[in-house]
Amino acid sequence: PAFGLFIFTIARDPLRIIILIAGAFFWLVSLLLSSLIWFIAVKASDPQDERLQKGLLIFGVMFSVLLQEAFRFLYYKLLRKAIEGLVALSEDGCSPISIQQMAYVAGVGFGLMSGAFSMINLLADALGPGTVGIHGDSQLYFLTSAFMTMVLIFLHTFWGILFFHGCEHRRWWEIAAVVIMHLTVSGLSFCNPLYVGSLLPSYLLMAAAAAWAYLLSGGSAQNLRRFLLCKC
Amino acid sequence: MITFMNNSDSEEEPCNERTSLMSAESPPVPSYQDGLQASEAGEAQAHRKRRAGSSRGPNNIASGEMSGSGVPVRESILENEEEELTLKYGAKHVIMLFVPVTLCMIVVVATIKSVRFYTEKNGQLIYTPFSEDTPSVGQRLLNSVLNTIVMISVIIVMTVFLVLLYKYRCYKFIHGWLILSSLMLLFLFTYIYLGEVLKTYNVAMDYPTLFIVIWNFGAVGMICIHWKGPLQLQQAYLIMISALMALVFIKYLPEWSAWVILGAISIYDLMAVLCPKGPLRMLVETAQERNEPIFPALIYSSAMMWTVGMAKPDTAARGPSQQTWDAAEDGREHLRSPSHAESQMPETRSPVPTRPATSLEELEEEERGVKLGLGDFIFYSVLVGKAAATASGDWNTTLACFVAILIGLCLTLLLLAVFKKALPALPISITFGLIFYFSTDNLVRPFMDTLASHQLYI
Repeated sequence: PAFGLFIFTIARDPLRIIILIAGAFFWLVSLLLSSLIWFIAVKASDPQDERLQKGLLIFGVMFSVLLQEAFRFLYYKLLRKAIEGLVALSEDGCSPISIQQMAYVAGVGFGLMSGAFSMINLLADALGPGTVGIHGDSQLYFLTSAFMTMVLIFLHTFWGILFFHGCEHRRWWEIAAVVIMHLTVSGLSFCNPLYVGSLLPSYLLMAAAAAWAYLLSGGSAQNLRRFLLCKC
Repeated sequence: MITFMNNSDSEEEPCNERTSLMSAESPPVPSYQDGLQASEAGEAQAHRKRRAGSSRGPNNIASGEMSGSGVPVRESILENEEEELTLKYGAKHVIMLFVPVTLCMIVVVATIKSVRFYTEKNGQLIYTPFSEDTPSVGQRLLNSVLNTIVMISVIIVMTVFLVLLYKYRCYKFIHGWLILSSLMLLFLFTYIYLGEVLKTYNVAMDYPTLFIVIWNFGAVGMICIHWKGPLQLQQAYLIMISALMALVFIKYLPEWSAWVILGAISIYDLMAVLCPKGPLRMLVETAQERNEPIFPALIYSSAMMWTVGMAKPDTAARGPSQQTWDAAEDGREHLRSPSHAESQMPETRSPVPTRPATSLEELEEEERGVKLGLGDFIFYSVLVGKAAATASGDWNTTLACFVAILIGLCLTLLLLAVFKKALPALPISITFGLIFYFSTDNLVRPFMDTLASHQLYI
């Protein structure tokens, strides 16, 4: 679905593609830094201690989430400057792309990159021979991974919109809500393999974020109804 | 190098040619002729032993939009419009470069992942005489550095030779050289590649069929690249040749040498294009003085100007790729990308009849394409291909390198818009790519693996 989003909404406009790739790049850099921190922490600690390793992992995950949000903020700043530049250079005084579109594209960029990194090795292995969960792990590993990745990608998209909106209007609670949601979702994934604990709340959160983002972007119940009934 | 293609009047300024990447509209000289010459030059270069050749060719990215630099000279109003259009079309041109680079990388990665021939080590080129099978780390490092020195010096020699040939107008020699190298690339390498792919998939093919297929492929390729042909076909051929070249590089360069060579090439590219005495810069300036397009054979251009009623020569794709290639590299020389310009043409032609008054300028602006040297394609693909072949983190590393290279390309094009002159395309992208490769392989991979094994998500 995320790829479909890409094709239908982003691939037409070259500026959006650039913003998308730049968004993916920012996510990548944040991942790099967070894994650097985790790596240092792991090397500096005792590899035999299981609990410590697990604790470090949790710390790494949380830190990574915080870094991702920080980079999202940096990316927002960069896009603001870019919009000013585009406005200054455009003929009729308004930029060819609005900040909301940028927010959407940035969110998709983040989401695609994080989804790709989460899934792609899994997909490559899935092409090869093997049995899922042969050592007593869950047999739904691939399925749940796929769903989890999808929900994460969508969440990143919605978080992008919410985050940028919060930055635009200086509503700090929106930004805080995004960060808390991200932390929650990552934390929920610790419940794996108890999938009902992680997938279900994630999807609920995603629905909530989707509704929120939709409302923020100017949609309303009437718009939705008109769209669904194909009125014009 | 990245140059802008200015579709602005050639008579405007000699410096329109400055950015090899840019103006599709190069000098008013009949494009095909120039192109031929350029392609010959490119081939000559290609024929050179050095594959890596001049980074100029491959590194020249022409941003069409950027070519506004030529036009503003006229009027300030025009200049403003130019800049606006520059940035407006900037995104489009960036994408026009993204697509071929992405395609090339996809082809290379797909081949590396599936055909095992290209990851087996069956010896080395004579340009990298020192082996890397030594027991100690220090010795291996030393050998790779020596390999790099040998390779870079070959490239420098080739580039200087090409520049000298160009300066003394030995066009026939260059032409013959280019033809020879493209012949070799199109036929021999395609034969090997096809053979390996068929072997991998266990598909039987008899020799007569193979002969017919390769003959058709090669003949059409020669015609397309050196003479006229549909833009997209030309682009496709250039991409194929870049991919083949990159594959050969990946196979025959030993590991550490490959990384050191990549780094050294970007430094060389930086110096060759920006230093006043750099060979690439001299080549561009000579071409501009003579108001000729730079060798088309070695440059991929995204826009071409056709002489359709507007009397604008077809300059788009002609850009010599400075890279001096050895025989194997000839293909590189071939990689002109005139085809890009052609694709631009149909779009730009339609607005022309509707606005005859301003059509000239618009035609110029719209038809500006971006030119990127074929060597750039090749080295980007080598980086990504090596990442795919040797990284243990597999796809993550490849993906990271891919994004890094694209971002580097974006930044370079941005700089091109700012500076409006020929720029080396390799350094920024390759630096990003290298940083991301090493960091992803060593830092991110264990992190992601641990996360995946616990099924945690960040």
